[in-house]
Amino acid sequence: MTTTETPATTAPAPTASGRRLTTAKAMVEGIAQEMERDPSVFYLGEDVGAYGGIFSSTTGLLERFGPDRVMDTPISESAFLGLATGAAVEGMRPIAELMFVDFFGVCMDQLYNHMAKIHYESGGNVRVPMVVTTAVGGGYSDGAQHSQCLWGTFAHLPGMKVVVPSTPYDAKGLITAAIRDDNPVVYMFHKGVMGLPWMAKNPRATGPVPEEPYEVPIGKAAVVREGRDATVVTVSLSVHHALDVADELAADGIDLEVVDLRSLKPLDRETVLVSVAKTGRLLVVDEDYLSYGLSGEIAATVAETDPGLLRSPVRRVAVPDVPIPYAHPLEYAVLPTRDRIREAVHQLVRA
Amino acid sequence: MDSGLRLSLYRTMVLIRVFEEAILREYHADKRPAFDIGAGLVPGEMHLSAGQEPVAAGVCAHLTAGDAVTATHRPHHLAIAHGVNLDRLAAEIFGRETGLGRGRGGHMHLFDPDTHFSCSGIIAEGYPPALGQAFAFHRQGTDRVAVAVTGEGAANQGAFHESLNLAALWRLPVVFVVEDNDWGISVPRSASTCVTSNAIRAAGYDMPGERVEDNSVEAVYEAAGRAVARARAGEGPSLLEVHTLRMWGHFEGDAQAYRTDLEGVPGRDPIATYEHALRSAGLLDDGQVKTVNEDAVARVEAAIAFAKSSPEPAPETATEYVFA
Repeated sequence: MTTTETPATTAPAPTASGRRLTTAKAMVEGIAQEMERDPSVFYLGEDVGAYGGIFSSTTGLLERFGPDRVMDTPISESAFLGLATGAAVEGMRPIAELMFVDFFGVCMDQLYNHMAKIHYESGGNVRVPMVVTTAVGGGYSDGAQHSQCLWGTFAHLPGMKVVVPSTPYDAKGLITAAIRDDNPVVYMFHKGVMGLPWMAKNPRATGPVPEEPYEVPIGKAAVVREGRDATVVTVSLSVHHALDVADELAADGIDLEVVDLRSLKPLDRETVLVSVAKTGRLLVVDEDYLSYGLSGEIAATVAETDPGLLRSPVRRVAVPDVPIPYAHPLEYAVLPTRDRIREAVHQLVRA
Repeated sequence: MDSGLRLSLYRTMVLIRVFEEAILREYHADKRPAFDIGAGLVPGEMHLSAGQEPVAAGVCAHLTAGDAVTATHRPHHLAIAHGVNLDRLAAEIFGRETGLGRGRGGHMHLFDPDTHFSCSGIIAEGYPPALGQAFAFHRQGTDRVAVAVTGEGAANQGAFHESLNLAALWRLPVVFVVEDNDWGISVPRSASTCVTSNAIRAAGYDMPGERVEDNSVEAVYEAAGRAVARARAGEGPSLLEVHTLRMWGHFEGDAQAYRTDLEGVPGRDPIATYEHALRSAGLLDDGQVKTVNEDAVARVEAAIAFAKSSPEPAPETATEYVFA
């Protein structure tokens, strides 16, 4: 067991660089810089080599680092995720990709019973410094088995950190922090924020990214838009939607504050509470399922701390406990679309 | 075989048996008259390994503390044979702060970085992490190996087959060991497994497969030697199945009403068999047997006393060690 010394880095401001990258390219740059710095870092998964990752999470890494450090695996998620855990126990820093988070059913034992529990079961004597990268989210008619977010499931289970970037800047800073972390970190990237040329995207999927390595601290949310009238707490692609709605509603005189959680475990409850204390109104937007998940956790955080912060009841926009449908009109009826967010904000500020 | 080695194998098996008998005694001591699985100084499920000592002694005799061993829900024999500290092992079983996992793990979840020993309570799921240990050893430029142990029931799990394929594909220095004790809790191998020997499954993964039929520690030692040597030489994994013996219940409290083979169990005790063989070879006499047993008892009782005198973890520390 070894712990790699990591250089101290001060995160540069997102606007400090004029260079703009897609989220996918920012993520890959972060991985490449850590692989350059630390020879114990390697990447393995399905189609992460010559293909470069189905969602461009590893583009160019094979060419740069070779097949000993960027490894295509058999379609054997239990075997290769468990391999990553064992290698991490012995001092390496693996990054293992689960192509779609929906596939967790074939390998979850390795993740929640092994990767996430070994440190605790060993009384802190064994560390498991690894990253699981995985694509999440829907919106492109991939159906019920290829469109889920499921971050609430992972964040519910103890022993693994969960980070969910929404911007290129955070994508690079969070992957860097995840690789350097001495704990298992599940890094969930929404296909819709990656800036892929073959999928509809928000302009926010491209943004300024400093060239030098930097960390975005795990467990720290960001107030990505300041406002007075209501707080929208959300994560991932829904941050893009919430900011779009906030821009529209500003013209109607509604001033929204938007909180991008960025990390779900640990959860930055303080930033949520400070914002709600300011606005008195809370809308949680979550592309995961409604019940027993993130939206309930945020609402409970406020209720447990001081329900008196709220001038009106909490509202939630999430997937209403149905499998993600295939047909476009059905899928967009259940996703947290701009229309659903706008409607919920209107109800919230009228209440 | 060298007589010193034969005596060493015998001593290891006796130490394991004495340890398991002591845990058996302590486990049941405060669960009378009515058996309550959650009561007493050693609560919870308890899977003891009496009868399976030849696997642990024969395989681990080829290993050093730098090699990894991944065991199952029935792990004590392998932990002891691989050299896990007896005091800290016993303390973990007693749920004490001085245990391997500071009382957070328990007898199915043992982790010892000093000897690279670990176990998994989930059938077959100890195999994949062993691949990673082997991968790391190879990448670090060493000739260390990882030994991954399961029971015969695990050979019907997906993780077993995924692991054999990946280990062979990447030529990882792994020795896969299957302890066939005939029973998956109450289900006999004949009702769970379509092949008479799991060793033949190795052919499907282009690796050597070998089955030791008679629970002989020397036969295990010889077969394991071939597999370990192959792994150390960088030639890839092997699969070794040992037809061993579960002398006691699946867990303590198991009445074993389903078992049709119990009558023959005493006659199959591998330690008694080996002791007889060593006596016949002139390597053991009454005095030496007594000495070996007394030495084992002294070490085991010291470990039990260490465990019992160690502090319990403080309740307010229950949420520590989730993250590093």
